Amino acid sequence: MKVLVPVKRVIDYNVKVRVKADGSGVDLANVKMSMNPFDEIAVEEAIRLKEKGAATEIVVVSVGVKQAQETLRTALAMGADRAILVVAAEDVHTDIEPLAVAKIIAKVAAEEQPGLIITGKQAIDNDMNATGQMVAALLGWAQASFASAVEIAGDAAKVTREVDGGLQTIEVKLPAVITADLRLNEPRYASLPNIMKAKKKELAEKTAADYGVDVSPRLTVVKTAEPAGRAAGIKVGSVDELIGKLKDAGVI
Amino acid sequence: MAVLLLADVNGGQLATDSVAKTLSAVKSLGEVHVLVAGAGAEAAAAEAAKLDGVSKVLLAGATDYSHGMAEATAALIVGLAPGYAHVAAASTAAAKNVLPRVAALLDVMMITDITAVVDADTFERPIYAGNAIQTVKSSDKIKVFTVRTATFGAVAATGAAAVETISGETAAGLSTWVEDKVAASDRPELTSAKIVVSGGRGVGSEADFALIEKLADKLGAAVGASRAAVDSGFAPNDWQVGQTGKVVAPELYVAVGISGAIQHLAGMKDSKIIVAINKDEEAPIFQVADFGLVADLFTAVPELAEKL
Ligand SMILES: Cc1cc2nc3c(=O)[nH]c(=O)nc-3n(C[C@H](O)[C@H](O)[C@H](O)COP(=O)(O)OP(=O)(O)OC[C@H]3O[C@@H](n4cnc5c(N)ncnc54)[C@H](O)[C@@H]3O)c2cc1C
Ligand SMILES: Nc1ncnc2c1ncn2[C@@H]1O[C@H](COP(=O)(O)O)[C@@H](O)[C@H]1O
Repeated sequence: MKVLVPVKRVIDYNVKVRVKADGSGVDLANVKMSMNPFDEIAVEEAIRLKEKGAATEIVVVSVGVKQAQETLRTALAMGADRAILVVAAEDVHTDIEPLAVAKIIAKVAAEEQPGLIITGKQAIDNDMNATGQMVAALLGWAQASFASAVEIAGDAAKVTREVDGGLQTIEVKLPAVITADLRLNEPRYASLPNIMKAKKKELAEKTAADYGVDVSPRLTVVKTAEPAGRAAGIKVGSVDELIGKLKDAGVI
Repeated sequence: MAVLLLADVNGGQLATDSVAKTLSAVKSLGEVHVLVAGAGAEAAAAEAAKLDGVSKVLLAGATDYSHGMAEATAALIVGLAPGYAHVAAASTAAAKNVLPRVAALLDVMMITDITAVVDADTFERPIYAGNAIQTVKSSDKIKVFTVRTATFGAVAATGAAAVETISGETAAGLSTWVEDKVAASDRPELTSAKIVVSGGRGVGSEADFALIEKLADKLGAAVGASRAAVDSGFAPNDWQVGQTGKVVAPELYVAVGISGAIQHLAGMKDSKIIVAINKDEEAPIFQVADFGLVADLFTAVPELAEKL
């Protein structure tokens, strides 16, 4: 079974995000970029499936700017076999919307015929939490979102999902789309030899036009603003003082 | 045109608070029809019919729609959607599972976690873990969105809308429900509680998390946790507060042994009063805390629980 893993290049999760003064967006110039953390988990899960013999080949795909090559190389260094870069934007500030990304991934899936697609649960830049579910919809496949455990058995996958009240287990018919939640696994670091090896792995370059997908946005960003700040607080010296303050504030 | 609001139903029970808050978020958009889906949801439908601002409840009682199964529920909503300008739900795990599937089938964008409705096409939503607020205008014919309920008030329950039984498309054979592992609790629900007490990695163990729970029970509070506390097995996954967990905005939020990473702040920084108890006076959590106590939690928390 072939596994397809879409990976997104996003601002590193440790970087403090700065909103541009003119309200036009967030400043991404000279900022550290990394693979979306949930996508590292998705890549790791695919590698583990391959190590267990449930998967035979792992293809990673990224949609965005040319620099997403680096993200794909990281995935190849972790253990993916092959990569596809779909160039759909030139400016690093252009974010391709989940609907357009999903259409491209669905087209890639039609070509590659994977038995499973594993996406991240959410991209930590737009926080949309939509692409995986959208890919499943466009392909008419089953979906298992927010996965914390995956077991492949024949032509089905048993997936434990993190839901609001606890955990839910469902069984999906393959091919299917799974979206990875935080506790699915702990992604490995790429070793130096594997980073070297990854440089020789195949990385095909395509464009959105190759797949006939119109990536123009459906949502126009009217403005981007800083969130309201909080007034500075105080330090209290003791538990008694804390209780006094909470009583004064009327919350206890 | 009307709004179709997908209600969250768990084990036959309506998530009344989240529906009531979503109603207040969408009421400016027109008349609201609430969709209650799943077998055994009659009581939930009756409960939804009482909420102010609901003009009709649609009850789709087929078992295919039970347990929030995405494929069938999305097919049902797609069948109804042409009659609506907006399809909305509270930002719950259930809605985030189903609505993006609906949006893609309708060929429209998903708009996740809105915090304000500006007009019929324009919405505000946080991005980058709440470090920026984006205002977006949709050009799609139907707007599909989820609402962050934490900052909205709940509508009252003085109404009496009609309940109409409906049926619709399903998606046979794609997926099957196996089980739900949902812990019953006497404590208030995390996203609607007036007070939340959360523990982090500093609590150190599952056994010591009892300190957090005891303080919470003293305050009649819900219990939350940081990702590190959940990953370490101190607390269950559904207690996680943050960018990828639950978003809360209670009257009082008490963070114990939590450093204050942006991903955690994303889930609680709109709380009215924030208290931080941490032994490291440099911990970033103190930058958002109204009242900070630099102390060892193993002495401060029992003392606080006892003196309350
Ligand atoms: C993609 C992604 C998503 C994430 N989503 C979330 C999310 O939704 N929610 C979330 O919480 N995190 C999330 N995180 C993780 C986040 O970055 C932090 O790692 C996490 O919040 C840290 O948890 P913590 O504060 O409990 O642990 P730590 O950062 O280890 O802090 C522990 C704190 O306890 C204090 N302490 C230790 N012992 C004591 C004592 N005896 N008395 C008093 N204080 C003590 C320490 O001083 C320290 O400040 C996410 C990360 C990523 C990459
Ligand atoms: N531009 C992209 N290229 C490749 N994968 C993407 C892209 N955008 C989103 N994804 C995938 O979809 C998941 C969810 O993203 P989102 O719906 O944007 O929150 C991510 O974790 C990725 O796996």
